Amino acid sequence: MERRAYYNNAMLPWLLIAPQLILVFVFFYWPTSQALYWAFTLEQPWGGGNSWVWFDNFLAIFRDRDYWSTVLRSGFYAIVTTGLSMFVALILAAFVDRSLKGTRLFQSIYVWPYAIAAPAAGVAFRFIFAPESGLIGAVNHIWPGIWNPATNGLHALLMVIVCHAWLGIGYNFIFFLAALQMIPRTISEAGAMDGARPFRRLIDLQLPLIAPTAFFLLIMNIISSFTDSFGLIDTMTEGGPIGQTEVMVYKIYFDGFKGLDYSGAAAQSIVLMLLVICLTFVQFKWVERRVHYN
Amino acid sequence: MKTNWLLGAALATTALAFVASPASAATKFEFWYGLSGDLSDRIQDMCKDFNASQADYEIVCVSQNDYDQNLQNTIAAFRANKQPTITQIFDAGTLDLMLSEAYLPVRQLMEENGYQIDWKNYAAGIASYFSTSTGELLSMPFNNSTAMMYYNTDALAKVGFEGTPETWSQVEDVVRKMKAAGYDCPIAFDPSGAWQWFEQFEAIHDQPIATKSNGFAGLDAELQVSKTKFVDQLTWIKKMYDEGLLIHKSKDSGETANDAFMNGNCQITSSSVADHGTFSKQAKDGVHWTVAMLPMLDGFERHNSFVGGASLWTLKGKSPEEYKGAAAFYAFLATPKQATWWSTVTGYIPVTLSGFEAMKADGFYDAAPYKGRELAIASLNMPAGENTKGIRLGSYPSIRAEMVKTIQSVLFNNVPVEQALADFDAKGNEILRRFEQTYKGKTLP
Repeated sequence: MERRAYYNNAMLPWLLIAPQLILVFVFFYWPTSQALYWAFTLEQPWGGGNSWVWFDNFLAIFRDRDYWSTVLRSGFYAIVTTGLSMFVALILAAFVDRSLKGTRLFQSIYVWPYAIAAPAAGVAFRFIFAPESGLIGAVNHIWPGIWNPATNGLHALLMVIVCHAWLGIGYNFIFFLAALQMIPRTISEAGAMDGARPFRRLIDLQLPLIAPTAFFLLIMNIISSFTDSFGLIDTMTEGGPIGQTEVMVYKIYFDGFKGLDYSGAAAQSIVLMLLVICLTFVQFKWVERRVHYN
Repeated sequence: MKTNWLLGAALATTALAFVASPASAATKFEFWYGLSGDLSDRIQDMCKDFNASQADYEIVCVSQNDYDQNLQNTIAAFRANKQPTITQIFDAGTLDLMLSEAYLPVRQLMEENGYQIDWKNYAAGIASYFSTSTGELLSMPFNNSTAMMYYNTDALAKVGFEGTPETWSQVEDVVRKMKAAGYDCPIAFDPSGAWQWFEQFEAIHDQPIATKSNGFAGLDAELQVSKTKFVDQLTWIKKMYDEGLLIHKSKDSGETANDAFMNGNCQITSSSVADHGTFSKQAKDGVHWTVAMLPMLDGFERHNSFVGGASLWTLKGKSPEEYKGAAAFYAFLATPKQATWWSTVTGYIPVTLSGFEAMKADGFYDAAPYKGRELAIASLNMPAGENTKGIRLGSYPSIRAEMVKTIQSVLFNNVPVEQALADFDAKGNEILRRFEQTYKGKTLP
């Protein structure tokens, strides 16, 4: 059976989708094509002209060892942030779903972090984690020198990751909770009748049933951790110390806007875009196979 | 920033109201600058004074928060043909503009609009940074400074040191005694201060940061920091850090080096002379301090230090009337009264010799809170050397950021100094070659 809508006026359908098309064109295809053009040229920042250099910009960034460490760091950042954020959100959602005491209150509270702007959270976390005066910095009074994100790159990276994950928990929580509440009570209850404890029911019954939601969140979180980390890093560490919190998106910003290397930054954004597209593609191709929608 | 924006909007609205009235036919032009807070308020005062001083032109001054942002916004505006007539560009962004053909040389501007300026009046150490190889000034020196060393005088007195240390070996001696006398933090050190700890060190010792007089003689200059005395200096800094005599203080650690000094937590810091005013105003009660020129290594003759800060560039693509206004504004800034006022309320040095002489004659530098600021001018007027004209290297902000990383990797990750600086040179040279390729076929003006 085929159902199709017909328009007598050939222009009308185009007019109807025009607003969307224009938005996508102006805010995605136009800038992307500009970036693509710059990536193959050497662009003078003040607009004095440019020269076509084929793949030189790409070769230059691929030859750069620092660039590869940025890529690896971004991967690590994405995996840990996504894992942490989704794991915590799932645990919280599972508890709220069990209708324990105070559920309605927690339901609202857990969503709040999502409403906080990244730079604001960044400033707050920087104070909390400051080695000399912060809340977490107090561990230095017990074991001197154990925590110092100002000089230790790994500490600084963990600090940013925790903050990014924390910001994402609210979003993940709401999706997980909605998915859990969609599951018919009878299934859970039947499991309980058979003697399954809450943890077992979560693993064997609820998780497989909310797999589509988990898959959706996985994609959203991975993309977000590759592209949204800029605001946090800029307020918390500015890529330091020793450049050890410099992820791909921050390096693009630094090289392009501070270093005025527009072409190098354009080439890096193309690489980042391709990487995110590839990752999403792989996830749809391989991970989605294991997700059952019905 | 928000308030500045609002202020700007309010000013613009008031300005519009004026323009709307038929009696006023003032030519309006914009000036973008990269300062905020107290300094931004001073610039707004300056703009009001200029507008009140004459009726032909009206300047609209817009803060873009900081130097970096002002540079980015100016470039974006220029590419969209919406640029201001005047913009303030910091030292490290100078070379990009020089090669851009986006500006009108200030000398040409002033001559075309009938102003006779004695260009020799601009202190040589300052002018060379913003001039062509033939000495023609391209932009107007505006807010300029150099690096100084600040000492807590109580701490110096406690260890029995008269005056202020002149050499690094005296500094080492003093800080060891300070530590023994119970001071936890003799020297406050922030690696992001590569400008004062690295660049200025190379200048006063006449050590080449790059070949070809730090790039003044050509775009094909190469970094050679790993062959200079800075190797020894960074080794010394590392030794002091490991012994707990030099303490890491930065925004990330919870207290900046300058705050640590003003709060009396650290006894020595190095910073711009422009912070002299801030220290006077904000130092905690009971913290007594003084300022001195940067210390030297033993056995070296002192040369001039680099000028820091920013200059004013006139951008192309504006109407002749707007350029007349810009020229009038520059002439206004150069009046001795205005120069004295600016130097007093900020801490930036007077950029003209006559301005400096006038202030000296008035006894400005004789007593607190301005005493000591004259040392900055003395430091800039030391004998020049082959490598003390300034730094004319492409993408210099990126190279400076690499130096910050290099210092951090030596201090925090124990990377050997020679290797770290050799890596810095290699990395910096890649940046320089890339810059050279971007401006292929162009030569330094």
